[in-house]
Amino acid sequence: MNAGPPQSSAAPAQAKALNCPHCGASLTLRSFNNAVTIVCSSCHSILDAKDPNLKILQTFEKTVETDRPLIPLGTRGKIRGVQYEVIGYQRRTIYVEGVPYSWHEYLLFNPYQGFRYFTEYNGHWNDTSTLRGLPTIRPGIVPSATYLGERYRHFQTAEASTTFVLGEFPWQVRVGEIAKVSDYISPPRVISSEQSGNEITWSMGEYMAGRDVWKAFNLPGSAPQPVGVYENQPSPVSGMTTSIWLAFSALMLALVVILIGCSAMQRDEQAFVGDYAFNANGARGEPSFVTDVFELKGHTSNVEVVTDTNVNNSWIFLNYALIDQDTGHAFDFGREVSYYHGYDSDGSWTEGKSKDSVIIPQVPPGHYYLRVEPESDPGMGFIRYSITVRRDVPNYTFYGLAFLALLVPAVLITWRSLSFEHLRWAESDYAPLMGGGS
Amino acid sequence: MTQPVATCPNCGAKVVFRWSSSVQTVCDFCKSILVRTDVDLKKVGDVADLPPDSSPIQIGSEGSYNHRPFVAVGRIVYQYDQGTWNEWHVVMNDGNSGWLSDAQDEYAISFAAPGRKIPAEPLRAGQQCTWDNVLYTVSVVTYAHYRGVQGEMPFQTWDKDNAVFVDLRSSTGKFATVDYSDATPILYLGESVAFDDLHLKNLRTFEGWS
Repeated sequence: MNAGPPQSSAAPAQAKALNCPHCGASLTLRSFNNAVTIVCSSCHSILDAKDPNLKILQTFEKTVETDRPLIPLGTRGKIRGVQYEVIGYQRRTIYVEGVPYSWHEYLLFNPYQGFRYFTEYNGHWNDTSTLRGLPTIRPGIVPSATYLGERYRHFQTAEASTTFVLGEFPWQVRVGEIAKVSDYISPPRVISSEQSGNEITWSMGEYMAGRDVWKAFNLPGSAPQPVGVYENQPSPVSGMTTSIWLAFSALMLALVVILIGCSAMQRDEQAFVGDYAFNANGARGEPSFVTDVFELKGHTSNVEVVTDTNVNNSWIFLNYALIDQDTGHAFDFGREVSYYHGYDSDGSWTEGKSKDSVIIPQVPPGHYYLRVEPESDPGMGFIRYSITVRRDVPNYTFYGLAFLALLVPAVLITWRSLSFEHLRWAESDYAPLMGGGS
Repeated sequence: MTQPVATCPNCGAKVVFRWSSSVQTVCDFCKSILVRTDVDLKKVGDVADLPPDSSPIQIGSEGSYNHRPFVAVGRIVYQYDQGTWNEWHVVMNDGNSGWLSDAQDEYAISFAAPGRKIPAEPLRAGQQCTWDNVLYTVSVVTYAHYRGVQGEMPFQTWDKDNAVFVDLRSSTGKFATVDYSDATPILYLGESVAFDDLHLKNLRTFEGWS
């Protein structure tokens, strides 16, 4: 555009070098003319950056514990592809039941994109920037804030006082300054309102792992390990609770379909039934007997043998052999059926059952008979029993085990998630309500 | 865009208008404030030196908003108790003018919105207003002072001194400001924008930064 001489200087804006009027140490203004306050890193005098003589606004060296930023001032790093420089650092402290809790804020600057912060508390980091819209607050037992369609639950409101500052800021800072800070969480995000005087500013933080901060700013060593659970720290099983229960439901549905399908395809037919009596008072070692031959049809599958007896405070032991008439191949198994009941000091009790069932898997089709050898205590009298043989029965044990195998991980993840949320909310204003903690 | 050319009545330098509807401009050479009359330019005052600032925008910076290209042709520097901020006068490619505010690199763009109902008295923080079916909440009321002017203006500023602005925000980042400086308040509607949303070119450079 042909528009006469440039109205702004073509020379690039330069970082200014200054000297502290209190101790003479050299100062660098990193945010050009955006700086409103600058803190001398040697004597910690807070200076008016807008004043050509850098008027001293506050000195606080003697009154507070000094602090060293984990990311040194002047360090540059890339956040979401944009380069930022650390230009300011402050410690802010809240008191909960008389106990001080401090976090640190790193002010980051890019001359085009402006300002953002990193906040750090006990090794937990947040990448924070100013909100452009205004969240809608809804009161309640736990108030909430809605921003761009997302609901954030109120976590904590506290009076934060500035307890240490270093570097430069585009606004007025003083040690001892107090602001009311409210946090609303929807992990991994947190939105915070900060009120000092009449002005309320809103910002949004997104949880960041220390190692990502270290990587972004190319810092030596490794990031300090985070301690405890932070307010907007994403749960390690976040989102998994819902998905595992969805998977559980889907697999349960599949299991039911398999069960129905298999039941429909199963013969589940009675192959043999016979009633017998055993005289326990008779001669010991009553000879065994064999049943009539019966046919087990279809393909190789299971066989259920049900022994229904009238034992009553007695027992019977049956030695079974399921024998293939043609090959002589035998399936041997023994079943003890016992049923006892009575009264004692704790009331009535029972033990055992008068009916027993066993499933013999993988029985090829063919003509079979049972060899049965009953045994009991002499003096038990007559014990009546019936034997029922069923072919190709549904085996519910498999479904029960499958159900448990699916349920256990879902329950474990839910439990992990609940205990993580418990730890999170134990640090909130709602500890008795949601955290149950101290 | 037509570029009317005139001569500075004070120093004789050539004065080029980027925007044909400019009412006021500042001579680049002698810093005279010039007001357009029907026939020529009239000197009405001199500008004070602008305070040092670090806005990345400069006169001639180009960008686009909602796919509409614009160019920055002037600015007003306002001063308030926390410092200063810039209102860049931007001219869209359709000839309309708008304002790109830059307060410590927080950007908002807005356009005069005549014909809407405006409360006669300045609102207080927390009060609400609805314009064009958007609910706005007053975020801050600013008492400011005209600190300086540069380039072309859609109105005369040389006779102005103090200003009262009521800034409002919506839940979605829409932005409104009511200028109560004059007898008739003026409403501007727009939105807060990220630097990248403006696709700015021809910016100021900063040593050590690209």
